[in-house]
Amino acid sequence: MSTSDDYEGAARGASGDVARFEDGRRGPVAAFHHALHTTPALVPLLVLVAAILAFGALEGSRFFSPFALTLILQQVQIVGIVAAAQSLVILTAGIDLSVGAIAVISSVVMGQFTFRYGLPVEVSVLCGLALGTAIGTLNGWLVAVMKLPPFIVTLGMWQIVLAANFLYSANETIRSQDIAEQAPLLQLLGTTYNLGSARFTLGVVVMIVLVVVLAYVLRHTAWGRHVYAVGDDPEAAELSGVNVRFTLISVYATAGLICGIAGWALIGRIGSVSPTSGQLLNIESITAVVIGGISLFGGRGSILGTFFGALIVGVFTLGLRLMGADAQWTYLLIGVLIIAAVAVDQWIRRVSA
Amino acid sequence: MRRLLTATALTTMAWTGVALADGHGIGACLITKTDTNPFFVKMREGAAAKAEELGIALSTYAGQVDGDHETQVQAIETCILDGVSGILITASDTSSIVPAVQQARDAGILVIALDTPLSPIDAADMTFATDNFLAGELIGQWARAAMGDAAEDAVIATLDLNVSQPTVDVLRNQGFLQGFGIDLGDPNVIGDEDDPRIVGSDVTNGNEEGGRRAMENLLAQNGDINVVHTINEPAAAGAYEALRAIGREDEVLIVSVDGGCPGVQNVADGVIGATSQQYPLQMASRGIEAIAQFAEDGTLPEATEGKEFFDTGVALVTDEPQDGVDSIDVAEGMDLCWG
Repeated sequence: MSTSDDYEGAARGASGDVARFEDGRRGPVAAFHHALHTTPALVPLLVLVAAILAFGALEGSRFFSPFALTLILQQVQIVGIVAAAQSLVILTAGIDLSVGAIAVISSVVMGQFTFRYGLPVEVSVLCGLALGTAIGTLNGWLVAVMKLPPFIVTLGMWQIVLAANFLYSANETIRSQDIAEQAPLLQLLGTTYNLGSARFTLGVVVMIVLVVVLAYVLRHTAWGRHVYAVGDDPEAAELSGVNVRFTLISVYATAGLICGIAGWALIGRIGSVSPTSGQLLNIESITAVVIGGISLFGGRGSILGTFFGALIVGVFTLGLRLMGADAQWTYLLIGVLIIAAVAVDQWIRRVSA
Repeated sequence: MRRLLTATALTTMAWTGVALADGHGIGACLITKTDTNPFFVKMREGAAAKAEELGIALSTYAGQVDGDHETQVQAIETCILDGVSGILITASDTSSIVPAVQQARDAGILVIALDTPLSPIDAADMTFATDNFLAGELIGQWARAAMGDAAEDAVIATLDLNVSQPTVDVLRNQGFLQGFGIDLGDPNVIGDEDDPRIVGSDVTNGNEEGGRRAMENLLAQNGDINVVHTINEPAAAGAYEALRAIGREDEVLIVSVDGGCPGVQNVADGVIGATSQQYPLQMASRGIEAIAQFAEDGTLPEATEGKEFFDTGVALVTDEPQDGVDSIDVAEGMDLCWG
């Protein structure tokens, strides 16, 4: 009797070690692979540095000057801010096609509320930001509660917001000179500071602060970890006690607010309020996110990567223009970068044995 | 697909409430690139006013965005079904629209291209448009005259539309360069000139954002730029912002084309030195007249002498007139502006 119960007898001669992952000798390639796996912003950072060095070598001081390098920051500020919003959404395995439209309608509301209804400019700015947040919240509600696919929801919202923008504004531009005279607060984020020949605008500062704050929040707060968890596996997150609905809605709402800020920065950048601007922001922001190494399947990547991704596009655009290349080459190279970025992403995901 | 198109066309027709009632009145269609751009809004106003005056039933259609070719084809099909006498169209895609236009012409409909010639230009019965080369030439001549002797050492940048170099873009750019006295090389291509006064060109997509970025890029190439040609007034406003940011706005001459109200106001404020004004209202109202004439006795509209199209006119708007360059002042430009 007792011998037949001796189930563990077979294991008596086995090793008593606790099972563990093999942590053996890594070759330099494997070590690099591991580093990329743990620090997703590393690839775009390396590409960015390489691109700056390459254009610097090709063009010398014309490109490698504080003026040109800070100009790139100014040129990417709008895309950079919008891409930060896009990153949040994509980290939850969603996508937001309405970001550009939200930014533009926010800027139009800020302008028209001031000039058409004569509201104090501070109130108009708040209304613009509130509208952006409200549209984002609606997106989030449709995604989280109605369970509609984010692509469809934001595809629809993009059309709705864009049409509303044209209907409301009648496509009328508010001129820069009128704004400077009557409501300079609208152009606040265009305020320029000079440090030697380097030039920074308040919009650039806002972009950098926003990226740093979001990077911290995503890494070191419960909410930030929940965003990653929801993007990685919503059911597992739910079972672990994460409020998936709230997390999703808050992500889309935050994205909407950030787009509102982008709309404000847009006025500072182009001086005027123009309902036709920002048409390509959704595509440009997704480009920055992808080149920045955030996985479109959610849950992986860092917002710093997105920031570098936006800068890479800016560096290539200005660098190629300074070399006198046809603008078409810029688009071609950005296309190559997008595909290369996804290929690298796939390679990194292949966890080494 | 065809059934879907027809169904869509029928639905569209029902929505727009086309007057099919008596079937004997004259009908006309106006198809624009979009219905949001003030330029097309003005066009529609011109067509609607003239149609009402002549007792023509007018239906208007527009693409959703610039480049929305599909919707324009659907609109043409609807107009054919509707049995109109004439179609006025600003095509988004000037060559792909040709088969649809041919279908309409085969059905005995007069087709007039407004503002943008089809390619080939004779694919439509007639084109009513601005002479864009002349528009460019006027601002080029004005800029050279305004600079005087300094024009010999000018540092020129051109802010154009987009990389595909559409006809209107090339005509305005090359017209400007010719007016300024620069050897064009191939007049069908932007950027093949070898005059050392030209720093370079960049694309703007015809808006403020693109204008600012393009100006910044060119200033990074050469900070001494002092003459800027812009495809339109929003691009010019963007370029001005870039110059203002580095404090050079008073040293640079910006010229443009369009004649929209904000643009003319910018001429008044000294943002733009001079702009060539075009007249969308004229294009549309003359177009409706031509349709009425065609419906009455089959007369086809004729081209302006020496040109392949009917020229609806262009005028240089500036408050600093130069000898030898015809212009109107800002006050008159404001009276005639659109948008």
